[in-house]
Amino acid sequence: MRIFDPHIHMTSRTTDDYGRMAAAGVRAVVEPAFWLGQPRTNPGSFTDYFDSLLGWEPFRAAQFGIRHHATIALNPKEANDPRCRPVLDLIPRYLDKDTVVAVGEIGYDAMTPEEDEAFAVQLALAVDHELPALVHTPHRDKAQGVKRTLDVVRESGIHPGRVVVDHLNEVTVGDVHDTGCWMGFSIYPDTKMSPPRMVEILRSHGLDRMLVNSAADWGRSDPLLTRRTGEAMLAAGFSDDDVDRVLWRNPVEFYGQSGRLDVSETGDTGPLFEGSSILRGGS
Amino acid sequence: MDQNPWLTDAVARVADSPPAIVRLFAAAGRHTRPEEDGRTRLLLALPPETVPYWVDDLYRHGDAGEKLAILTALPALPLGAEAVPLLHDALRTNDTRLITAALGPYARHLDQHAWRHAVLKCVFIGVPLEKIDDLDRRADRELAAMVSALRAEREAAGRRLPDDARRLLDRIP
Ligand SMILES: [Zn+2]
Repeated sequence: MRIFDPHIHMTSRTTDDYGRMAAAGVRAVVEPAFWLGQPRTNPGSFTDYFDSLLGWEPFRAAQFGIRHHATIALNPKEANDPRCRPVLDLIPRYLDKDTVVAVGEIGYDAMTPEEDEAFAVQLALAVDHELPALVHTPHRDKAQGVKRTLDVVRESGIHPGRVVVDHLNEVTVGDVHDTGCWMGFSIYPDTKMSPPRMVEILRSHGLDRMLVNSAADWGRSDPLLTRRTGEAMLAAGFSDDDVDRVLWRNPVEFYGQSGRLDVSETGDTGPLFEGSSILRGGS
Repeated sequence: MDQNPWLTDAVARVADSPPAIVRLFAAAGRHTRPEEDGRTRLLLALPPETVPYWVDDLYRHGDAGEKLAILTALPALPLGAEAVPLLHDALRTNDTRLITAALGPYARHLDQHAWRHAVLKCVFIGVPLEKIDDLDRRADRELAAMVSALRAEREAAGRRLPDDARRLLDRIP
């Protein structure tokens, strides 16, 4: 089973997690820029974070044969802090980088006017830079949040096939399905979405434009739940090819629209394994 | 080799307007093949007096691939010692590609103290020493003492020093 986790916050995970993920079949990940748990208070704090998503994190992933790409954005939660908003001016330069495959996570947290503006501005950046967009949906008031999200996406003029609306569930999947946007599902250990429920959604809505991710971060989450979902699909009678489509070919197709996705073997890029400063316990 | 029209055009645009290098340098990774040295060619297209400024700017705002390209290009660029702070930055990382690239021919501008610590870091994290420029000429007694001390620590822990580091110790008189 080859797995591409299209949404995982590896910055918050250990190097052991990379090892376990590689052993489970994960060969590519996309790490969206998001909130770190502790609110940031200045733009420099973001640029160091973005630099890590384009520097250290891909290097760390490559030690385990995992390709690492990123999405860059000012997230909706911190878009509400005037001290963070100047980050919006710094983002365009990041959107030109080779391993940036989308603008994200953008969207809504508490549906404020500040979030409206940051969302619209960053959808326009995605269009300008010919990148797809990864849209987070709020965990509270989700159904309303998704409707409003889809309105903003429509008004922006971005092609719906270049947008994934993430963190969906049984209640919100239908609206997104009808728009032509991609549908993202974050599988969590206890709340929100589980492997068996995901299998039911795939049964009723098909495999087209479906992305399954672990969204693992610093909260209660599990980077192997993509694998568990693949296993649940097989147990429910889906074929190996179906699993490959959902867990590999779909994310390759979605992020491939950036023209920047590289899912070749990591060994091709140079002296990553030999002399690795992680595997050898350097400092 | 086939001419790469993207690169030919990018080189002309940078020569015409140096700030154009910001976006072109970032995009060069996906528009050129490694053997074309696209990013080096863009840097060489800059007016020479602007090179120190742009090297610093592009490194500071670069992803790992851009930083690596700059460190690799340094010896070919019209520069004095202006870019030494970039070597210090690269040597602070744990990215073996950047560390290796920082110890190319441009490292002649690095003072001996910093250079010795960089070599010791290579031994410590397992970067092959053959990639360090001018190693045999520059290796001195003080470096030998540092590597020997690391060997003593390793052996006390039942571990071996990498073979290339052992051979280096044999070569230092
Ligand atoms: Zn997320």
